[in-house]
Amino acid sequence: MSGPIHIQPGETFTLNVGPQHPATHGVLRVKMEMDGEYIVKAETVLGYIHRMHELMGENRTYPQVLPNLSRLDYLGALGYTHGHVLVIERAAGIEVPERAEYIRAITVELNRIASHLFWFGAFVMDLGGFTPLMYAIEDREYILDILEAVTGSRLTYCYYRFGGLYNDVDDDFISATRAFIPRMRKQLKKYDALVTGNIIFRKRLDGIGIIPAEMCRKYGATGPVSRGAGIDFDVRKNEPYSVYSEFDFDTPVYHECDSLARYKVRMDEMEQSLRIIEQGLDKLPDGPIMPKKKPKLIKPPKGDYYQAVETARGSFGIRLVSDGSKNAYRFKLRSPTYSNMSLFDEACEGMLIMDALAMMGSLDLVIPEIDR
Amino acid sequence: MSLTIFNALVAVVAAIAFAALNAAYLVWAERRGAGRIQRRPGPNVNGPLGLLQPPADGLKLMAKQLTIPGGADKALFVVAPVLAMVPAIMSFVTIPFSDTIVAHSMNIGVLMLFAFASLGGLAILFAGWGSRNKYGVMASVRAVSQSISYEIPMLITVITIVMITGTMNLKDMVAAQAGGFWNWNFFPSFSSPLMPISFLLFFVCTLAETNRAPFDLGEAESELVAGFHTEYGSMGFGLFFMGEYANIVIGTSLMTILFLGGWNCPFGLYPGVWWFLIKVYLLIFSFIWIRWTFPRTTIYGLLNLSWKILIPISLFNLLLTAGLLKVF
Amino acid sequence: MGTYFSDIIRGLWSLLIGLSITFKEFFKPVVTVPYPFKTIKMTERYRGHVELIENDEGKPKCVACGMCQRACPSGCISLASKSVSYEVEVKGEMKTKKKKVLTKYDLDFTTCSLCGQCVESCNFQALTFSKEYNLASSRKEDFHFDLLNRLKERNS
Repeated sequence: MSGPIHIQPGETFTLNVGPQHPATHGVLRVKMEMDGEYIVKAETVLGYIHRMHELMGENRTYPQVLPNLSRLDYLGALGYTHGHVLVIERAAGIEVPERAEYIRAITVELNRIASHLFWFGAFVMDLGGFTPLMYAIEDREYILDILEAVTGSRLTYCYYRFGGLYNDVDDDFISATRAFIPRMRKQLKKYDALVTGNIIFRKRLDGIGIIPAEMCRKYGATGPVSRGAGIDFDVRKNEPYSVYSEFDFDTPVYHECDSLARYKVRMDEMEQSLRIIEQGLDKLPDGPIMPKKKPKLIKPPKGDYYQAVETARGSFGIRLVSDGSKNAYRFKLRSPTYSNMSLFDEACEGMLIMDALAMMGSLDLVIPEIDR
Repeated sequence: MSLTIFNALVAVVAAIAFAALNAAYLVWAERRGAGRIQRRPGPNVNGPLGLLQPPADGLKLMAKQLTIPGGADKALFVVAPVLAMVPAIMSFVTIPFSDTIVAHSMNIGVLMLFAFASLGGLAILFAGWGSRNKYGVMASVRAVSQSISYEIPMLITVITIVMITGTMNLKDMVAAQAGGFWNWNFFPSFSSPLMPISFLLFFVCTLAETNRAPFDLGEAESELVAGFHTEYGSMGFGLFFMGEYANIVIGTSLMTILFLGGWNCPFGLYPGVWWFLIKVYLLIFSFIWIRWTFPRTTIYGLLNLSWKILIPISLFNLLLTAGLLKVF
Repeated sequence: MGTYFSDIIRGLWSLLIGLSITFKEFFKPVVTVPYPFKTIKMTERYRGHVELIENDEGKPKCVACGMCQRACPSGCISLASKSVSYEVEVKGEMKTKKKKVLTKYDLDFTTCSLCGQCVESCNFQALTFSKEYNLASSRKEDFHFDLLNRLKERNS
């Protein structure tokens, strides 16, 4: 329903959506210049939950930064800690045993499904349907139980270590994960019938909230947002890290650029993650989970290092500048949601507030990750 | 029937008691029902099955202070919740629960019900405008356009029923459907072949008129915080809440009377108030069921549905029924 | 005109499918745990706040080396010790030796991020994770744990 609108000067009003508003899922604030229900101009205001994780990364020793990374994105924390350990392993030249890499891939994909499930529920709740959230949380609880039995925590994991893992997985983990895969496939079919096919749901998303590929490139949007705009880019495929080159999986890409395309990308990604987990469990080698020789104190040689990983929200990159000491000289986090959100201002112009907030839901914003 | 002061008092007290009790326990039923649908128990701590939850909620609301936001239109702000509740209670006066249980049977009962139903939109407008809240104003504008566009197909459908039964008295309407379920207006007859569609139409309109999901645009919590009652706390909010549920009871009662044969048994046996209540509560269950299944529509989707689908179909049905009534 | 009616019917059908799913769920058993009345036992590897481990004599294994204090990212561990001299028999001779004895081990749980670095850094296996998760209080002081005291209470 977005189209050319004719605004009388002086006939607009300012609407503050947030920092406490049900649709922003946190403390994001959007200053909207409104003409009735139409948005004339929007301005996102950040910084309500800034915690200086980057500075902490520079002031603490390398192992001490480990718990920080899982506080960025509390829904898909393992992906972020994965990026962190990868960049430091690359910098310090630590070899990672194969078993540890496989377990990392399996747990990251489990966490990705958990994150997408929660997004799915929250997104449908943004559109006014409450029940799918409860179903999604029930499934997510299975994943959290599996991960809790291995990592010891439910949300803010601190599981990966430089060179390997905190502890090894047991048979319970493998059998529980194997049992989870068919269950999740069944549940995905249910979600398809309950939500994806629903006429009200489709009417609210189909052709609404257009984010074209040029806009994604302009703002650096990655992940499901850019894949919903037809850009076939997935860090796991394009710049394979860890053991992702060993897995056979597809990158779902849709060319419609609307909210429904982004929704479909994430729903398909869950299926692909299940495939990766299945293959990972089949291929899981025996062996140690920590390298035999590991430097006691981690002091990467002088240099500039970068590592990008594909998290649930997009491409997450860490740039590490080391001066050879036990602290990082520069610790820069490139968080995907920040780029994904910055296009909201431009994309929502001329939209109805309902559609704009539905589009915001389809961006999958996690505010602590934007503000870091 | 003569209307003495005593009769009127009893009727009003009974109506208020019925409305308040229903409102309180429908909230409980809604929360329990939503809980079951979402695989959780719902309120279960206060009393057996959580049955003491509504009195506890009521006490909490009454104990709270009623705050009027600065810059609000005081008169409108205070009047709005009352205006939401009073017409809902007044409507109970004409509803025949059974052959004998009716406060005042009127020859223009249908007209009176719809006159009162329209006042509900006014209450929302007052509340949104009076509380001087941008979300409130947006919500009330939405709610008014919604109630206007849904009253039209609703009234057209009612006219169809009035043509079939030949009366505007609710009691006589039910009497015209006496016998088995094949006599109900819901089932198609030679003169009215499209009645099931009419019922569906009326059902959708009732959902929209009572601001229930998926048409709860007036209080779309993910966009407009709490819509028109954003600024209301205490019993102001409580009255809106009770008014909403009282309206649901009236809407479903009306559906029962117009389409489902009122207090008549489906097989013509033992007609009585229990049949009426069974039908009403089954319909209310379906309201709860729908609310916890679907996402919310958009405002333009809602208007499109009304003007492009419901109104043409109801008009066609009216014309068809009028023509067929002339033939048979 | 054909698409007009087929759209309506297809839309209605999709709504009915949704209703049938929620109706089925209505009769399925509840999956939640009524929390305050029933609690879940934490898994073997659950990481609560840290706890001291005792040796055979019921004293803490901790030798007060301070590794955990240094490893902690949030600086929430503070410990104190005193030197105690004791006599041991070495090759038939009595010798006085000194050793550190833990006198205070405070954990400020308000800043702890449950990363487990303290347990990993410990070379004497003197620390472990507790399985407690029912920690709730309206007072900040309730989360300043004196782990030595907790050990004593556990033993008594």
